[in-house]
Amino acid sequence: MTKAVVTVMLKQGVLDPQGKAIGHALHGLGFEGVGEVRMGKRIELELAEADPAKARALAEDMARKLLANTVIESFKVEVA
Amino acid sequence: MKAGIVVFPGINRERDMAIALELASGHKPRMIWHKETDIAGLDLIVIPGGFSYGDYLRCGAMAAQSPVMAAVRAHAARGGHVLGVCNGFQILTETGLLPGALLRNAGLRFLSMDCHLRVERADTDYTRHYQAGQVFRAPLAHGDGNYFADDDTLDRLEGEGLVIFRYATPEGAITREANLNGSARNIAGIAAPNLRVLGLMPHPEDLVDPLMGGTDGKPLFDGLVAALAA
Repeated sequence: MTKAVVTVMLKQGVLDPQGKAIGHALHGLGFEGVGEVRMGKRIELELAEADPAKARALAEDMARKLLANTVIESFKVEVA
Repeated sequence: MKAGIVVFPGINRERDMAIALELASGHKPRMIWHKETDIAGLDLIVIPGGFSYGDYLRCGAMAAQSPVMAAVRAHAARGGHVLGVCNGFQILTETGLLPGALLRNAGLRFLSMDCHLRVERADTDYTRHYQAGQVFRAPLAHGDGNYFADDDTLDRLEGEGLVIFRYATPEGAITREANLNGSARNIAGIAAPNLRVLGLMPHPEDLVDPLMGGTDGKPLFDGLVAALAA
C-alpha cells in the first residue's frame, strides 16, 4: 500500500478571499510580519498500488479528474 | 414543453423550479433522481439550486460525477436545452458544459438578497420574452457565485455573445457596486455556443407569481415554453 498526499491550491492570480481574511486576522492578532496568505486543501489517499511511480500517476489522474478543478486550482502530489 | 428537474441529495430548490415550470407550461415537470440515466423524450433538463452533496470538495464537484450527468451531457450534445441555476450553474461548469468556475464570493459572505440582471441579448430561447438591455429583478442566495475564467475565455465569451446576464443597477449600469459577488466582468449568466445550455447564479424561478413579490422571472419560463412548444 502506498500513501499519496494531494495538495490543492488556488492558482496564482485567482482571488483567494479566505487566505486574505486569514491574513487580516493574523495582523489583528499582532503578527505583523505576515505577507500574502493563501489557503488550500490537503487530501490523503491510501492506494493499493505498491509501485511509487504508478501510485503517483494514479493520484495525478485522480487530481485532474476530481480532486482539483484545473480551471482555478493547481495541485501537487507527494508519494510517501 | 417536456421538462425534467434533476434532483441530487442536498438540492433544495427543485420545488420552486417545478412551480415556475408548471405555471409557464401547464405541465408538471418530471423529477429525475440523480441515479437515473434514461431522460429520453425531455426537451429541457433543469439543474436546480441547493447544496448538492453538502458542497463537499467544491460546489458541484460531486454532482458532476453522478450517473445522471452523463445522460445530461448526451442530451446537451444532441442539442437539447439545459438550464442550470445557482448550484446548477456550478454543476454545469464542473461538468464542463459551460466554461469557467464559481469561486467564493469576493466579500466572503453568503449573500441572500435581490439583485438586478441586465439581459445582454434577447435572441435566445431563454431571453426571447425580454428585450436586449432590459433589467429585471432576481433573488440570489449563494456563497460561491463569483464567476471566474481566464482572460482568454472571458474575451471569447464576450466576443461570441455568450454572456447572457450581467449584474447591473436597476437602471442597467454595469458597476462595481452592482456586482455583489465580485464576478469577472459582472457576469451572472453564460450560455454554451449553441445558446441552448444556460447557467446563471440568481433565481428567476423565485419571482414568477405576484404572491412571491413579483413576476420578473416569469418571461424566462414563458419564453422557453414558446420556444419549445412542439
